[in-house]
Amino acid sequence: MKNLDSVFAAYMAAWAIFFVFYLTVATRAAALRRDLDRLKSSTTPGK
Amino acid sequence: MRKNVLAAAAVFVLLGAAAYGSFFIAPTDAKQGLIYRILFLHVSSAWTGLTSFFICFIANLLYVWRRQPKWDWLGVSAAEIGLAFTSVVLVTGPIWAHPVWGIWWTWSPRLTSTFVLWLLYVVYLVLRTLVEEPDRRALLSALFGIFAFIDVPLVFGSIRWWRDQHPQPVVMGEPGSGLDPVMFRVLFFSWFAMLALMTLLLWQRYRLAAMRSDLDTMQQEMEAR
Repeated sequence: MKNLDSVFAAYMAAWAIFFVFYLTVATRAAALRRDLDRLKSSTTPGK
Repeated sequence: MRKNVLAAAAVFVLLGAAAYGSFFIAPTDAKQGLIYRILFLHVSSAWTGLTSFFICFIANLLYVWRRQPKWDWLGVSAAEIGLAFTSVVLVTGPIWAHPVWGIWWTWSPRLTSTFVLWLLYVVYLVLRTLVEEPDRRALLSALFGIFAFIDVPLVFGSIRWWRDQHPQPVVMGEPGSGLDPVMFRVLFFSWFAMLALMTLLLWQRYRLAAMRSDLDTMQQEMEAR
């Protein structure tokens, strides 16, 4: 099984890049959702 | 939310099936052995990255023509996703090259034009952080995105027009080039799985851009009161 470690490293690196990208999108979306909710509650009358 | 989870699960199954095909269905290459199996990840990521940059280019053209924010949102989303896929290409390429060529990197036309493409879209994203006014930011980045896309045909043509250490194309190459039919089918299935991942990421990123725009509008309205 020559070069199995290189194939494994390539797949792991690719999945790490996709996972980190997905994580940054999810984190940014969560932060925006919090900001939107805060703004909405501050503009709602009686609050 | 339920739709998102189902879509993510479907993409995950497709990617799993592509990985299974790459390791257990595609035959072993007589010259390179096991290491050639990086091809299914490397080439499908490269094609998907170029597809993303093409979507970005179309969105940029439509923004310049129509000036509708939705094209700006699509443009920036496709640029980020194209960059992620091209990063995979630039990382997996050297991992494959080292055991086969004996070097990690060489400044050949294909490798250089791909690295320049990656840099151009990094600049596209950095440029957006430098301009505060949304309409001006969208127009400037759309114009830069149209310019950046010029490198895509260079990446495509580099191994066809010039001598290169990079292997010859597996599709639309010279007579006699190409792949074993089973390898070819596995490669196209891997591309299909990567396109499904690209679509999922594009949808998530587009919704993020739309939400950012809603927030900016609300903040402007509050400041105007």
